[in-house]
Amino acid sequence: MAKPVAPRKEARDPLRMVTLVAVLVLLAALPFGAQLFELGALTSFATRIVILAIAAASLNLILGYGGLVSFGHAAFYGVGGYVVGILYAHARWNAPIWGFIPGVTDMAITLPLAIVICGLLALVLGAISLRTSGVQFIMITLAFAQMIFFLFVSLKAYGGDDGLSVRRRNDFFGFDVRDDLSFYYIALGFAVLWFWFMARLVNSRFGLVLRGIRQSERRMATIGVSTYRYKLAAYVIAGMGAGLSGALMANYAKFVSPDMLNWMQSGELMIMVILGGVGTLTGPAIGAAVLLTLESVLAAWTEHWAVILGPLLVLVVLFWRGGLNGLIALLRGGRRD
Amino acid sequence: MTDSLLAISNLVKHFGGVHATDDVSLDVREGEIHALIGPNGAGKTTLIGQIIGELTPDAGSILFNTERFNDLPVPARVSRGLARTFQITQLLREETALANVALAIQVRQGHSFSFFRDARKDPSLIEPALKILGDAGLSQRAHVEVAELSHGEHKQLELALALATQPKLLLLDEPMAGLGAAESREMTEALLALKGRVTMLLVEHDMEAVFALADRISVLVYGRIIATGTSAEIQANAEVRAAYLGEGDA
Repeated sequence: MAKPVAPRKEARDPLRMVTLVAVLVLLAALPFGAQLFELGALTSFATRIVILAIAAASLNLILGYGGLVSFGHAAFYGVGGYVVGILYAHARWNAPIWGFIPGVTDMAITLPLAIVICGLLALVLGAISLRTSGVQFIMITLAFAQMIFFLFVSLKAYGGDDGLSVRRRNDFFGFDVRDDLSFYYIALGFAVLWFWFMARLVNSRFGLVLRGIRQSERRMATIGVSTYRYKLAAYVIAGMGAGLSGALMANYAKFVSPDMLNWMQSGELMIMVILGGVGTLTGPAIGAAVLLTLESVLAAWTEHWAVILGPLLVLVVLFWRGGLNGLIALLRGGRRD
Repeated sequence: MTDSLLAISNLVKHFGGVHATDDVSLDVREGEIHALIGPNGAGKTTLIGQIIGELTPDAGSILFNTERFNDLPVPARVSRGLARTFQITQLLREETALANVALAIQVRQGHSFSFFRDARKDPSLIEPALKILGDAGLSQRAHVEVAELSHGEHKQLELALALATQPKLLLLDEPMAGLGAAESREMTEALLALKGRVTMLLVEHDMEAVFALADRISVLVYGRIIATGTSAEIQANAEVRAAYLGEGDA
């Protein structure tokens, strides 16, 4: 894989701010536009993009900024989904988990719980995985994710292979958000929060150490950094982001299944990051939007859509090392950010 | 010896059948510049690696300020006052020279588990970093990305980064390697200006620089120290002349 491209200093030039505000306004207005032009499915489609962008951005933190090529990010995404699914199932069955943890159907509890559980899971898996590096790290993260995948396949109580359906979307602090419009804004709100957090993080002291580790771990050690602790912290934050994304997706799709934990899901998140631009702030969002759009456009056209998508991805990786973000900057005549 | 900042005793390191470090004992006194010379493959860089902690010795001991260092990881040794430069430069190539040094200062200030404040605009990092870059002769190049700096400037930045950790003992691994004559002289002057403030163990092939800088010189051949002494003593030593100086390197 191409070496991750340098994240440029994010200058606060006015054009940037204008673009940012314009994009936010467009995203906020999107459901109304969809109604106006009778593209009813667009809001729902945008919700998926926004949710997966959170997972891709969290992977980008470790992959793009930290240089940690994790091939098991679906583990956290899927477990986040299952937290919502399992809590919902127990609420519906009226049977507390292990006899004492009651089921819950409010995002005020399910989302934070998914984030915390995925953070703890990332702490355990990361503590072991980060003892390795390079190809071994790729393989061990993949192996852990597949272990969790097979664990949920074998959990017949929670549907096994068939997964679990969440028949009624979680409430949001007691409010009913079953309609797609409200849920779109909730997902968008969380995505904006997460991207804001990432933007702060990558230029903080922590972020600079993380970028340094990607560029030369040896150098970081010789200026006195215990690199392991920083890599682990980044891994935990990334796991939490993926957990949030998975929990939102379970609510969006009203369904969780082992597919969310599958290695192909990990691969798809990686493709989003690479397509959009590794180690760039907005890259994962662009990558998620473009990949999902391509998938659905090509799939509508031919059932052999993957045959077209594959070469397209190869071209992007070969010719634009900064991904689509690099291409946009190139067209603008500036340097990529 | 009581005034030794670094005391290495009977250090051994094998790589398969190769005795890279063969029963080496060496002391570096507070305030001195101690040069370590020897032909290529003598084990100089291997010795530096063991002192900083990137390599684990098979036997022997490393004492720094009378504390046993053998089992400490690299960052712990750095925080106790060791620093090294690399012969093959190890820099953050995508960052500016300033950002490289600022990061080293950030690390010295304490942990970096700070997640929100923009560290690139922190004056408590930028101001001392600019000062150190000035000392290293890189003021004009502070905002240039490392990938675009020259080889000589990389060497200067290596020194600046090591100094930013405020070391008591600086391990210099061939700071003049690949430098032109003028650059070499500049580097020698920079090190002379530091002399007395920072103790140094200097690995170097440039004998002119070594004789200009070193208080004492140790000669390493095939992993063994064959002589230690002042410049005059080393130049007069028959064994050294046969093993090293006479071979056309000087």
